[in-house]
Amino acid sequence: MAFTPPKESYAGKVYSVTVGTGDTAVTFGGENVLPFHGFEGETPNRPVIAYEIQDVPPSDWPESVQKPFESVSSDPVEWAKFCQDTLKAKAIALRLIGTHPDRENRSAEDAAKTVRDVLSAINVPLIILGSNHAEKDSSVLVAVAEAAKDKNCIIGKAQEANYKTIVAAAMANNHKLIAMSELDINLSKQLNILITQMGFDKEKLVTDPMSSALGYGLEYTYSVMERIRLAALTQNDATMQPPMVADIGMYVWKIKETQAPESDLPQWGSLPERGIAWEAVSAMSFLIAGAELLIMRHPQAVEAVEKFIGEMEG
Amino acid sequence: MLIIGEKLSIIAKRVREAMMKRDKEPIQEIAKAQYKAGAGMIDANIGPAEDGGEDLMQWMVTTIQEAVPLPVCLDTTNYAAIEAGLKVHNNEWGRPLINSTSNDPERFPMLELAAKYNAQIIGLTVGKGGLPADAEERAAIAAEIMARAMEYGVPMEDIYLDPLVLQIATSQDHALKVIKAVKMFQELNDPPMKTVVGLSNVSNGCPKHLRPILNKYYLSLLMYEGLTAAIADPSEVAETVKTIDVIMGKTLYAHSYLEM
Repeated sequence: MAFTPPKESYAGKVYSVTVGTGDTAVTFGGENVLPFHGFEGETPNRPVIAYEIQDVPPSDWPESVQKPFESVSSDPVEWAKFCQDTLKAKAIALRLIGTHPDRENRSAEDAAKTVRDVLSAINVPLIILGSNHAEKDSSVLVAVAEAAKDKNCIIGKAQEANYKTIVAAAMANNHKLIAMSELDINLSKQLNILITQMGFDKEKLVTDPMSSALGYGLEYTYSVMERIRLAALTQNDATMQPPMVADIGMYVWKIKETQAPESDLPQWGSLPERGIAWEAVSAMSFLIAGAELLIMRHPQAVEAVEKFIGEMEG
Repeated sequence: MLIIGEKLSIIAKRVREAMMKRDKEPIQEIAKAQYKAGAGMIDANIGPAEDGGEDLMQWMVTTIQEAVPLPVCLDTTNYAAIEAGLKVHNNEWGRPLINSTSNDPERFPMLELAAKYNAQIIGLTVGKGGLPADAEERAAIAAEIMARAMEYGVPMEDIYLDPLVLQIATSQDHALKVIKAVKMFQELNDPPMKTVVGLSNVSNGCPKHLRPILNKYYLSLLMYEGLTAAIADPSEVAETVKTIDVIMGKTLYAHSYLEM
């Protein structure tokens, strides 16, 4: 008798989230099986990779990931256009890191202007991220949500400390929302509950349970994501059914392995290759853990991950 | 765990009067309250309903399902009334549950209805010879009901075995025997048999203030042994069900888990 591989079926299903407008809108999530288990059920949407850009020049990025963008990164509009037109980005994630009080401390109005300028230059979906300064974000994200009204962006990240104003702004301006908690599955669930109790549609949420770089706690972040996805599928837990984002670039490109020159550590090999491989491998891990949306930096890492997705989907 | 809302019973005066007058409002109000409190199914207990049972059951099923998107548990010994209810039941929100068959030959026709209408059915583990003495006797009766169900073509996964909860005030020794039976029932099949209890019978005859306490703690122990469903007051037991689901790892904990 021929061997029939056993098939698992699940009670729950991940919500599918559409971002952007018109022909260039993208949809992710929607599966009722574990990542890449298309042979067991439905995986209607391919994971989406968004290119990370920022409102100020990336002077804090290591040289090897600054380089691909060196001709455009002094201007967020040019940078966004380059990602869309040259790199064929399916989505762009604009991080307003310049609004952080310890950085350029740009105002909410300045940030809103940047968002308007970028939105008028591109037609792919935009993810708008604050600087992760809870207090500042609560004014910046409100302003940018208004500036991007009805463009169906993803706004983030709402945290326990600031979610109320951000949720209200995302709701009033018809955006999707990233709910972020720090490496704690129970708090992640709790934040999703609190947000939906404000009247925000749970099918417009994206969960960020926190990600990390390979070698820097990846196994913890991986495990939380995996458990969230299992709760969504096996326990049919609606609060855990929004798709998940892995915001990887910012973790990968600050560790020693993506910065130490080959002259100091010859045994580690080529620095540019090492950084690309590090970002790609970290990203692939989170896809397997259950992330449906990735935020990444290096074009070659993105290319490698796109290829990996294609191979996994067969 | 599935909570089958018990509040629409002919024993309650308000419900009985509404049934007699065919007054939809109280019935639908009670159905909605139970749905909101966490019921996954609504029990419609019309008693023996010897006169006009068919019409009454049809009216109950449609009245309930007009108000809430839930399946109905058809609760009467009147075979014709069950069949009439099954005919009008809307399966969009789940399949109906017949309450009940047993090992009494007079109740075997209920299995025929389950097969004919693709309904689920409760198998009460009593026979013609009176109440079962212990868990072992309950399991033996359960096995006979299962064998009978197979003859009638009712799949094992459509049967909810009911060990028959007795009153703690008069039959204290049965409280533990029922819990043991819930465990034993599951072992009668792979995948495990489903189980159900009429929960509030445990506190029947007890002072009013003790009833919720007895019901809730008893339910905790039954859930620990893997109980699938309980016919109960949803507003009374919802907190217990949610909490035990969290303790047993069936629901992911969050500070607001009781609000979900």
